[in-house]
Amino acid sequence: MSETLRLWLIVVGVIALLLTIAPGLIWLERRLLGWWQDRKGPNRVGPFGIFQPLADAIKLIFKEDWIPPFADKPVFILAPAVVVFTAFMSYAIIPLAPGIVVADLNIGVLFFLAMSSLGVYAIVLGGWSSNNKYSLLGAMRGAAQMITYEVFMGISLLGVVMMAGSFNLSEIVLAQQGMWNVVPQFVGFVVFFIAGVAELHRLPFDIPEAESELIAGYHSEYSGMKFGMFFVGEYIGVTMLAGFTTTMFFGGWLGPSFLPGIAWFLLKTFAIIVFIILLRGSLPRPRYDQLMGYGWKILLPLSLINLMVTGYFLLR
Amino acid sequence: MEELTRKLQERFGEGQIATQSTRDGIPTYWVPARDIPKVLRFLKEEISQPYSMLYDLFAIDERPRKHRTGQESDFTVVYHLLSFERNADIRIKTALKDGERGLPSICSLWANANWYEREAYDMFGIHFEGHPHLRRILMPQTWEGHPLRKEHPARATEMGPFQLPPDKQDREQQALQFKPEEWGLERESEDTEFMFLNLGPQHPGTHGVLRLALQLDGEDIVDVVPDIGFHHRGAEKMGERQSWHTYIPYTDRVDYLGGVMNNLAYLLAVERLAGIDVPPRAQVIRVMLCELFRIASHLVWYGTFAQDVGQLSPVFYMFSDRERIFDIIGAVCGGRMHPNWFRIGGVAADLPEGWDKMVADFIAYFPKRLRKYDRLVMKNRIFKDRTVGIGVYDTQEAIEWGVTGPGLRATGMEWDFRKKRPYSSYDQFDFEVPVAANGDCYDRAVVRIEEMRQSLRIVEQCLKNMPEGDYKSRHPLTTPPAKEHTMHDIETLINHFLNVSWGPVIPAGEAFHGIEATKGSNGYYLISDGSTTSYRTRIRTPSFPQMQMISFISQGYTVADLLAILGSIDYVLADIDR
Repeated sequence: MSETLRLWLIVVGVIALLLTIAPGLIWLERRLLGWWQDRKGPNRVGPFGIFQPLADAIKLIFKEDWIPPFADKPVFILAPAVVVFTAFMSYAIIPLAPGIVVADLNIGVLFFLAMSSLGVYAIVLGGWSSNNKYSLLGAMRGAAQMITYEVFMGISLLGVVMMAGSFNLSEIVLAQQGMWNVVPQFVGFVVFFIAGVAELHRLPFDIPEAESELIAGYHSEYSGMKFGMFFVGEYIGVTMLAGFTTTMFFGGWLGPSFLPGIAWFLLKTFAIIVFIILLRGSLPRPRYDQLMGYGWKILLPLSLINLMVTGYFLLR
Repeated sequence: MEELTRKLQERFGEGQIATQSTRDGIPTYWVPARDIPKVLRFLKEEISQPYSMLYDLFAIDERPRKHRTGQESDFTVVYHLLSFERNADIRIKTALKDGERGLPSICSLWANANWYEREAYDMFGIHFEGHPHLRRILMPQTWEGHPLRKEHPARATEMGPFQLPPDKQDREQQALQFKPEEWGLERESEDTEFMFLNLGPQHPGTHGVLRLALQLDGEDIVDVVPDIGFHHRGAEKMGERQSWHTYIPYTDRVDYLGGVMNNLAYLLAVERLAGIDVPPRAQVIRVMLCELFRIASHLVWYGTFAQDVGQLSPVFYMFSDRERIFDIIGAVCGGRMHPNWFRIGGVAADLPEGWDKMVADFIAYFPKRLRKYDRLVMKNRIFKDRTVGIGVYDTQEAIEWGVTGPGLRATGMEWDFRKKRPYSSYDQFDFEVPVAANGDCYDRAVVRIEEMRQSLRIVEQCLKNMPEGDYKSRHPLTTPPAKEHTMHDIETLINHFLNVSWGPVIPAGEAFHGIEATKGSNGYYLISDGSTTSYRTRIRTPSFPQMQMISFISQGYTVADLLAILGSIDYVLADIDR
């Protein structure tokens, strides 16, 4: 098997995996929330309602593609594409198993941070171009929230990077053979995970959308598959956050040898995804300024202290 | 009463103050229109134990009225005041002749007079001189006529076919243009240009068709102006059309979460007019169903409040608990949200077999759930951060704005009409009146949650001590009379036939009765002109004055806080608009 063919297979495989995971997650989330909330969730289309996302996708694709006359048309169309694009791109660096990675970059961690920062453009552009006051408020909140959480998301990861001595994700996984990073870097993990959920703007940090306040915030005006794209982007984002957390803190593909590495990776990722869904089912939403204050006053100092303590132990 | 009359006559001259006796025994005085502000100021600020709350303000079209006990009048404006120190009401009436329809506004005296006066203007065309913003409040701005005047048609079929020619459509569209000046809002201040955000009438956070015009500086609220009336169905007008008996189902739909509790407020007023004593069993059945509905209503509020601050799950748990209450209600009444179950003189039928087991099961089940919700919602840090210290008002302000019910008790004022003015045998029950101290969103929640526990205690006492006996009074005006009597004597049969086909004829008179409803004090003021329908039905609802307060308590907070405040107030749009 030639090197190029192998790479193509991996690329197609990862994209196919993500494209199945996104609708699968929508179904899983709705079923799990239904279960936790004493109701049924989708259970009519196919066995256990498993084809529900398919039916939804068909509906969304065939809906009239309506663009509000007051919107800024090119930007309005571009915004949902940005979400999906950045979400896909950051998956390129995540090693599913030894050797199964689209791009084994030496600056993997930085690439991830760059891509997740680009994601904010979708919110800002979408909210701005919709020319709707609710969208505008959502976009403003989104931008502020992302910028805040971006700062210490990076800092919280530096402990892991220092311990592995590399920005390369495969090497970070291999450096965890003795012990998963979640133990020595527990503070880093907590800060990163909170920041990650905030970056995904999912409940409890869905402040840019805030159903009960801003209706749907930055994507109020979107309909049809453009609206669907925001959701695909969100769910790929969830998978990505879970995958990245697994890689950085839970030893990636490492695990007892009765299962192949990729199975361990997928299992861990799945568990984290379920946890993210559980968060959504249980917590209320803080206010926008409270979230900012929490970030700057608690999480940022915490991640800096974590960095210093890690440095102290490494250089001792 | 005599002392009060003496004081008023001493102060304003004997010829100026006339008294009137009413069925409800509330001291009622007639005062000339020009003296209204003076007399009300005297009652609010100058006498000892003042009447500090403007409980209600409304008008009556008296032109075709036959039986009068008060002064000659074409339009009467009624001010209903409440004194907490005296635990007494007073009613001030003023007569207006047709043609001269103006009297001084009392907006400077009570903050909540603003909307009440606008409503009287909207419904009767009465002008209040000096009112800062006298516009229509419930009807569209383009409406012609004043709906509660007797000559205004009550049914669409009396109005001719509806037509919307293009020029009319243009006019209507023009009227919908948002101009901040018309709402009393500035476009800009010295250093900033404001953003105006239209919130509602279709918005997930407003719990119904409520529209708010927000004046924003960034996300900070400079001012909020509620626009109500989208849910206005003319419930008061319908009272003048339906018979005393057939109006009961309409009351169900006023506070549509309160169910039979609305029947109770209306029927207590009717029974006062008719002089009916309700047998003990019927009273206790009424209390039990009312308290079940109080729990059901508070559960809806609890879940939606949590949802307003972004918590998704609680609302599902609370709705499934509410379903259990509806199972009981359904077994007793056959209906769920609008059971239409109380009748003049009692309730529609006796309790079904097995009701006691259902109620006992619920009493055993519910406290555990409440404890769970405390852990899930009330003890949650984020929830506290969102609600503590938000939307604060103190007792003084609550009284000034006419707030009753949990909103008043959250400020530390222990005032519950079930305790202070027991009706329907509430004096025989053992329960506490929960209060809180700070008057913020969180405290309003604390009060309601404790109220659910107290309601459960009352239900439990009903279960244990349900009296035997009739579920309907034997009074001839009881509608319909108990079936077993109808089958055995011809007098009752005739009564049954007449009361059902025409409706009962309630003796002429005026009576008010207020109750402690789910959201505060709900009261019906009824005038009978000695016929089968009411001459005037005035519904005093708790949500109306509370909604008026929104602007006052939201200024300086953010949009997110506004939604928390709206959620904490627990209003129902039908209860505001009627």
